[in-house]
Amino acid sequence: MRSPLIPEMATQEVQLNETLVHLKTESETLKSKLEEERAKLHDVELHQVAEKVEGLGQFVMKTRRTLKGHGNKVLCMDWCKDKRRIVSSSQDGKVIVWDAFTTNKEHAVTMPCTWVMACAYAPSGCAVACGGLDNKCSVYPLSLDKNENLAAKKKSVAMHTNYLSACSFTNSDMQILTSSGDGTCALWDVESGQLLQSFHGHAADVLCLDLAPSETGNTFVSGGCDKKANVWDMRSGQCIQSFETHESDINSVRYYPSGDAFASGSDDATCRLYDLRADREVAIYSKESIIFGVSSVDFSLSGRLLFAGYNDYTINVWDVLKGTRVSILFGHENRVSTLRVSPDGTAFCTGSWDHTLRIWA
Amino acid sequence: MSSKMQSSSSTAQARRMVQQLRIEASFERIKVSKASSDLMRYCGEHAKNDPLLMGIPASENPFKDKKPCTVL
Repeated sequence: MRSPLIPEMATQEVQLNETLVHLKTESETLKSKLEEERAKLHDVELHQVAEKVEGLGQFVMKTRRTLKGHGNKVLCMDWCKDKRRIVSSSQDGKVIVWDAFTTNKEHAVTMPCTWVMACAYAPSGCAVACGGLDNKCSVYPLSLDKNENLAAKKKSVAMHTNYLSACSFTNSDMQILTSSGDGTCALWDVESGQLLQSFHGHAADVLCLDLAPSETGNTFVSGGCDKKANVWDMRSGQCIQSFETHESDINSVRYYPSGDAFASGSDDATCRLYDLRADREVAIYSKESIIFGVSSVDFSLSGRLLFAGYNDYTINVWDVLKGTRVSILFGHENRVSTLRVSPDGTAFCTGSWDHTLRIWA
Repeated sequence: MSSKMQSSSSTAQARRMVQQLRIEASFERIKVSKASSDLMRYCGEHAKNDPLLMGIPASENPFKDKKPCTVL
């Protein structure tokens, strides 16, 4: 050990080391206390309480539309509030807006980067946001004139120091929430591009996010490569709850429609349900035969069904309450990379590395 | 970085960790039995309005193709 030149430095160093030891001890004590408190309230399993609920019958869901046009892997998609338009983004740098009823392409934009990993429809239906390897999130207003060059009106909103993994407008066209490979999430003002709030706490890339249903208040959940799902207060930037039970990267998170819980999908081949008021995991959706990662999850309107897209090209449909699988859907010829239920719950859309999107109902 | 700076940034990190854990420890939790029955109740209340759960007739679902009728 070096001998310090000034005696005060020696004392300060010792003091800092003591403080560090105290803090680490307090950390451990708090962690055990948290585990104890959570365990005390774990009086029953969800699927046990759900035994009295009627079982679900057979489901017949088929591909009703196939959207062809991307030249490479589809990475992300989002529905417009009008329940018929869809925006999708691809590894080839293209962002396409489709009319899902007719399968017609309404708009197409070529991004200056490849791997456009994130895209989102604005609540008004008048703009889309997207980004990826360019580390940015840009907003494109959608023109009624199909011949207009969308790229000309592009507005750069978010700037991260690594890839953009997900983006979502809040309940207006004015603010966007983003997550990034730089380990942070951020809230931006669309008009000025100003950073309104940043969210630090993940120890690795953040891969996904979802905003709480508007009635529940100003929170959102994020999932990352650190295997954690974090719930954040949008106003303060504070992480208010954290869940670490997955065994690998969390690729997708989605709130239960009541806002009291959220589901996650992970590279560990499981989906899980976390109840926010019980502050713990309350269900795991898994089977020994399912060994490929989950890329995306979403709930049906009532929250009874959980649709999950997998890297083995399939979609599994789970009974959220009973924890059992009710259906397995085939059709895609490569990984399912993205999945969203339509705003009125009549169908869900999947995007795949096979370059297509499919609408299922 | 001097050893003093290294210790103080580890200390800062440890302090943030403790603050975060204090926030999480003070959270008011409910029992899983209560949380579960609330989730079930929500599903039950909204089931009839869930098209993918209930199935809706092809005539009402814009994505399901209507079969053409032939008048004989």
